[in-house]
Amino acid sequence: MDDLTKVILDYVKREYIEEGDDREVGVDTALISGGIVDSFSMVSLKRFVEKKYGIAIPDADATPAAFDSVNKIAELVRRFQQVHA
Amino acid sequence: MAAPTLAPSSWEDAEHELGYRPGGPINIGWFCSDRLCEAGLAETVALRWENHEGRERTYTYDDLRVATNTFAAWLRSLGLEPGERICLFMDRVPELYLGFLAILKMGGIAQPLFSAFGEESLHTRLENAGTAAIVTQKKHVLKVRKIAATLPALRHVVVVDAPASQLKPGETSLALDDLPPVERFDAYPSTAETPSVLHYTSGTTGQPKGAQHVHYSLISQYLTSRVVLDLRPGDIYWCNADPGWVTGTSYGIIGPWACGVTQVVLDAGFQADRWYAFLQKHRVTVWYSAPTAIRLLMREGTELVRKYDLTSLRHLCSVGEPLNAEAVIWSQQAFGRPFHDTFWQTETGCIVITNLPGMPVRPGSMGKPFPGIEATVLDPRTHQPHDAPGRVGLIALRPGWPSMMRGYWKNPAAYQNKFRNGWYLCGDRASIDPDGYFWFVGRDDDVINTGGHLVGPFEIESALLEHPAVAESAAVAKPDPINMEVVKAFVVLKPGFEAGSDLELEIMNVIRRKLSPLAMPQEIEFIKALPKTRSGKIVRRILRAREFGEPVGDVSTVMEE
Repeated sequence: MDDLTKVILDYVKREYIEEGDDREVGVDTALISGGIVDSFSMVSLKRFVEKKYGIAIPDADATPAAFDSVNKIAELVRRFQQVHA
Repeated sequence: MAAPTLAPSSWEDAEHELGYRPGGPINIGWFCSDRLCEAGLAETVALRWENHEGRERTYTYDDLRVATNTFAAWLRSLGLEPGERICLFMDRVPELYLGFLAILKMGGIAQPLFSAFGEESLHTRLENAGTAAIVTQKKHVLKVRKIAATLPALRHVVVVDAPASQLKPGETSLALDDLPPVERFDAYPSTAETPSVLHYTSGTTGQPKGAQHVHYSLISQYLTSRVVLDLRPGDIYWCNADPGWVTGTSYGIIGPWACGVTQVVLDAGFQADRWYAFLQKHRVTVWYSAPTAIRLLMREGTELVRKYDLTSLRHLCSVGEPLNAEAVIWSQQAFGRPFHDTFWQTETGCIVITNLPGMPVRPGSMGKPFPGIEATVLDPRTHQPHDAPGRVGLIALRPGWPSMMRGYWKNPAAYQNKFRNGWYLCGDRASIDPDGYFWFVGRDDDVINTGGHLVGPFEIESALLEHPAVAESAAVAKPDPINMEVVKAFVVLKPGFEAGSDLELEIMNVIRRKLSPLAMPQEIEFIKALPKTRSGKIVRRILRAREFGEPVGDVSTVMEE
């Protein structure tokens, strides 16, 4: 797992999983469709990756499908890192 | 040519159809399970449930009858008494639906709460209601544990998906499938005015209020389900609403099951292709959704819709916030039929202004009052009805329909404040066109309607003030293309704290965890001072008007540094 993916995974576990909740969350766990992150909470997750990686993700790209797993979010971040490079 | 509008029945006809005799017993739990079995629907599927992992459960009406008997008897065995508040704090799992009817069957007051609520939102509502028991899931009991010790009335914490070995002392495991089925259970002999459901809703001032409903609400919920949602024998019905909110109980449990149709439930987050596949798989005929969901689907385009066979859909309705004209037109293109807007609220218990099946839909309009509901708009100063077409006023209803709330829990003053000159004020503004169609304009207060859910500014501001960096705050609505409105917070920092994106994200997450994702400000603006009256009251309307690009109105009494 690369650093970027690990940072996002750690953030998701820290912010969206209640302390003591023993549910396993991995890089391919369904976040939105799996009910771990809802569409409102997605805004703070988007804000986190934008701030952390100095990118701006347009609303049209910030869809529930694009945020549905840590791997998908990492892929989105990489795409916009290239745009901003 | 449009089909003729169905001739709706009266409340009295609904009583007759349900076999209810005025003055006699009426128990929603019994009417939504046992009665259907007696009517020959015992083997008809009442609920098809599936979750995001693909797990499925199916319950016939007879299964529903026995499971709710068993659940109700078990609750009684805990020593829970009629009239006690029993909270359901769960995702959309079968136990939520069964538990709701079971509580009503044993005479309890069902208090459903949205499972995404944080511990502070949960505490506020359980404390106010004096809740005696909470039924929840393993993943949500963690929030309950943080607050249980400060809730003296809470005697039972019940977890439906964990063995006793995984629970803490004082918690009880309920494995419904492992209990001996209870074939016969004498439903509590509730009558029309016996309390049934307590749903919390937000206002401008103070903490959320519990709108208290009674068993007689069944009459309205049944009739509007049959007439507005057009539910007919054999229908497969999908309501997107969570039973933590009133739509999810009035039209996600009571109405459809009183009508004897098959409900399908998807316990999963939003995903457009998953939703279409679900509609196709279950051959859904009637779909009750919400503008926010429809706008999310619109964003995915009509090409995605074409990949699925959705020809089973016969009737589409929407609720929660005004349905914009674009969404109505898009649904006509995408599904070959328009979504019909329905207007109502927690306090009304049933749809009160609506587009009936067959009625020509005017995209963007709320429709007309449901027959049996007297609705008008009032002059904001005199609170007298005015007939001038197009003139904006306060939406008002003449009290007296069966499902109107009977009060706010332990808050008679707030209840009285909802009435003027014999009219119930909804808290919304609208105009009426020459043909009698209502057109929504906006809220008449500072409540924020986000994704169809009302969020009160007071609760958010109180939580913001608990953050060590926040000196003062104001929460207002900000326009949003998907959710209609989202929460925006204006924050004045204490000396020594520096505004910035790190602090903004930290505060957002604190509010999300304490209250709920809905209440989380999607934007925080750090400012030096808030606009206030000379007496020091924060004037939210100025901040809101700026967000919407509207005139700020009279500011002669406002001080801004």
